[in-house]
Amino acid sequence: MSYGESLYQFGASVRGGGVSKRSIRYIASPGTSFQSTGRFAVPYRKLGMPMQIFDLATADQGFIAEVEARSHQNVKTCYQCGNCTAGCPYTFAYDYSVSQIMRLVQTGQKDAVLKSRSIWLCGSCQSCTTRCPNKIDVALVMDVCRHMSREAGYATERSVKVFADSFLASVERHGRAYELGLMASYMTRSGRVFTDVDLAPQVLMRGKLPFKPHPIQGREQVARIFERFRKGGKNA
Amino acid sequence: MRIGVFICHCGSNIAGTVDCPSVAATALKYPDVVFSTDTMYACSEPGQDAIIQAVKEKNLDGVVVASCTPRMHEQTFRRAVERAGLNRYMFEMANIREHVSWIGKTKDLNTGKASELVRMAVEKLRRNRPLTAKRFETTKRVLVIGGGVAGIQAALDCADGGQEVVLVEREQSIGGKMAKLDKTFPTVDCSSCVLGPKMVDIAQHPKITLYTCSEVESVGGYVGNFQVTVRRKATYVDWTKCTGCGLCVEKCPSRKHPDPFNENLCNAPSINIPFPQAIPKKAAINPVSCLMLTKGKCGACAKVCPVKCIDFEQKDELVTVDVGAIVVATGYDLFDWHKYPQYGEGRYKDVITSMQYERLLSASGPTGGHVKRPSDGKEPKNVVFIQCVGSRDKSVNRPYCSGFCCMYTAKQAILTKDHIPDSQSYVFYMDIRSPGKLYDEFTRRAMEEYGAQYVRGRVAMIYPKGDKLIVRGADTLAGTQVEVPADLVVLAVGAEAAKGAVQLGEKLRVAPDQYGFFVESHPKLKPVETNTAGVFLAGACQGPKDIPASVGQGSAAAAKVLGLLSKAMLESDPAVSRVNPARCVGCGKCIQTCPFGAIKEVQDRFGNPKAEVIDTVCQGCGICTVTCPQGAIQLEHFTDNQILAEVNALCPPKMFANYE
Repeated sequence: MSYGESLYQFGASVRGGGVSKRSIRYIASPGTSFQSTGRFAVPYRKLGMPMQIFDLATADQGFIAEVEARSHQNVKTCYQCGNCTAGCPYTFAYDYSVSQIMRLVQTGQKDAVLKSRSIWLCGSCQSCTTRCPNKIDVALVMDVCRHMSREAGYATERSVKVFADSFLASVERHGRAYELGLMASYMTRSGRVFTDVDLAPQVLMRGKLPFKPHPIQGREQVARIFERFRKGGKNA
Repeated sequence: MRIGVFICHCGSNIAGTVDCPSVAATALKYPDVVFSTDTMYACSEPGQDAIIQAVKEKNLDGVVVASCTPRMHEQTFRRAVERAGLNRYMFEMANIREHVSWIGKTKDLNTGKASELVRMAVEKLRRNRPLTAKRFETTKRVLVIGGGVAGIQAALDCADGGQEVVLVEREQSIGGKMAKLDKTFPTVDCSSCVLGPKMVDIAQHPKITLYTCSEVESVGGYVGNFQVTVRRKATYVDWTKCTGCGLCVEKCPSRKHPDPFNENLCNAPSINIPFPQAIPKKAAINPVSCLMLTKGKCGACAKVCPVKCIDFEQKDELVTVDVGAIVVATGYDLFDWHKYPQYGEGRYKDVITSMQYERLLSASGPTGGHVKRPSDGKEPKNVVFIQCVGSRDKSVNRPYCSGFCCMYTAKQAILTKDHIPDSQSYVFYMDIRSPGKLYDEFTRRAMEEYGAQYVRGRVAMIYPKGDKLIVRGADTLAGTQVEVPADLVVLAVGAEAAKGAVQLGEKLRVAPDQYGFFVESHPKLKPVETNTAGVFLAGACQGPKDIPASVGQGSAAAAKVLGLLSKAMLESDPAVSRVNPARCVGCGKCIQTCPFGAIKEVQDRFGNPKAEVIDTVCQGCGICTVTCPQGAIQLEHFTDNQILAEVNALCPPKMFANYE
């Protein structure tokens, strides 16, 4: 799904460097001023914004421990080689690259991580996990951070949260996704009425967008999973 | 018997978690203990003097020191006891540091365990008897395994020191990896120009016998007297006649097999001299590709050879050499980068290893020193170097840093600019590791003077686009992805243990570590010794090393060898097996199980078969003692009675309990 692309259709890659002879191409996120990025962990995102200073002494150890416990990963093994960022197909849309998120987790910068856009835009494609030389499941760390962000009441990319909510609501009601209902719900709740509307004719023609829901057998059981999660799940 | 016990504090190493005075007080209650004290550092000079003084004053005839591991200081204390006038084997050591204080935190439990270990040592000492070492002669000859730069240096230094040297090399020529290099860092001087003279010295030194195309088949014996069998593989050329004229190499029609010396970048004739400076400069036939040896027809080389030295009937030959010491210098191999899917797993011809690039740069290489990329022979303009390929990567079981890749990559970036002035190099690196004289200045020069663009990050994919390879990586300092359209990608492959190192280690009884590199005796203080006496290490077989370090270690190993062989006689450890002829029934089981061939069958005066131990060969492993069904063979200093006494001290049988 070209989610990121539709979000940032104007924000493709920018040429950087300014050295005419060199043919290295920097693929940066939209609005990033490249000249300002060669600094520790945090390129500032919009021109005119002041630099952020992280106080390393106030690293949130509890945050580090929680991410590690919930992801079963040892984030200290990350040595910042950047292989995750190198392979990530969403870097162009991120505010912090994957390796920067890992660095922020390592240094216990809870707010920066939980308020970042990147953890919401992550497509869980697992490129980072596959490439990591230290066998860290980076995608899982991103997942855990997203869960924690949601629990903390953040949804920096609100439409991603809305989509997930709409999708799960649809599954809860019908036992599987009811595409048209999901679309309607997402569009009304997000206000993004024309998202992917160009795809509609093709999808309709192929019968991929039925007008009536197709409830499956055992949808009560599926609904019960949601119920059980809400009752017992501390992360509900 | 009068025993003295010394409990060492080892500063706070032991005293921190063991109540040493209390252990000393407890020890005084053990049988035969007449003196017991605690001391700050038993190994220090005052500590040793106190032991000597106590032996003399208290008239002791046995000493127990409870301190560190015997590997650390057993020799120290044995010598101290000897200086006090006792036999050096009337001494026992209880390890209350590595086995107690460093591993337990509870003080009273530690104190109890320390006391028990001291009691075991006392019980063993009560059954010790004085032993004297046997002296034996040594063979004044050295075997050096491996003819790379480390082995060459070790061989030359040993030979210059007056010892005879046998140098065994697996390949056709000595020179090893260094012979393949174009230039060396940080001076950028020609590799074969600096190595060449040393190689020639090897060939011309009157004290050096060189066996190339040879491998060590088996090793027997012990320090001072090894018997080594060397397999000299058939080269199908009579090297006593071959002049190295190269006519056969020119005429050989079979050129379909890759040339390993040129890292498979080109094909080699089936009869070949690997490179112009090869030592010995003799031709050898590759039996896998030779038409005569595989199909039975051709023989072009035999026809053109002016001295008629081609011999298709030649067979492998086994040579036995007696040596007094062995230097292992088997070097390293390069990591097989095909395990990485992100670099194309070999699908792209223009993704090559650093060693292949080295051959492309070399004037003796397949392109005559003109950099041409393998796919279409074009001169590359954008060259991307990727570092840490098979280094510092747990996912491929290579978590260690290979150490020299940062430096050779900087060198190759500099040479690229020298060869192709309008080229641009990009180096993807994680960290630059350049500790060494003039090393960091060298990497800075690659960036500042030669304009190599260093990018801090790794590469996640390479894909083709037109005749370019697009390299996508990260620039973690900019916090973003980067792409480079490359003409050639050079992978800085790391070092791994040489193929066959583990098997050779088994023959030499030298243990490999988990990655196949040989383990030195002590990581800091015995870097060239192994745990097998008389076997020394040199070069990258012990761990990745660059040329200066390998040469240094080659010389260090030679110094150790010369020191060992300078002694007229060596002493053997008297803690060897001893046969009680009255009990021995001559079954011969011990002869079969002995891994060192140290037991032989003899006849007593009635003609009955009996076992007999050859003292100097026996290594004191104790396998025979557990094999003997009669209990007739006992390991001196570790007899069954002594070991049982230790066990009883630890778990007293009921009748001995509460004897305090």
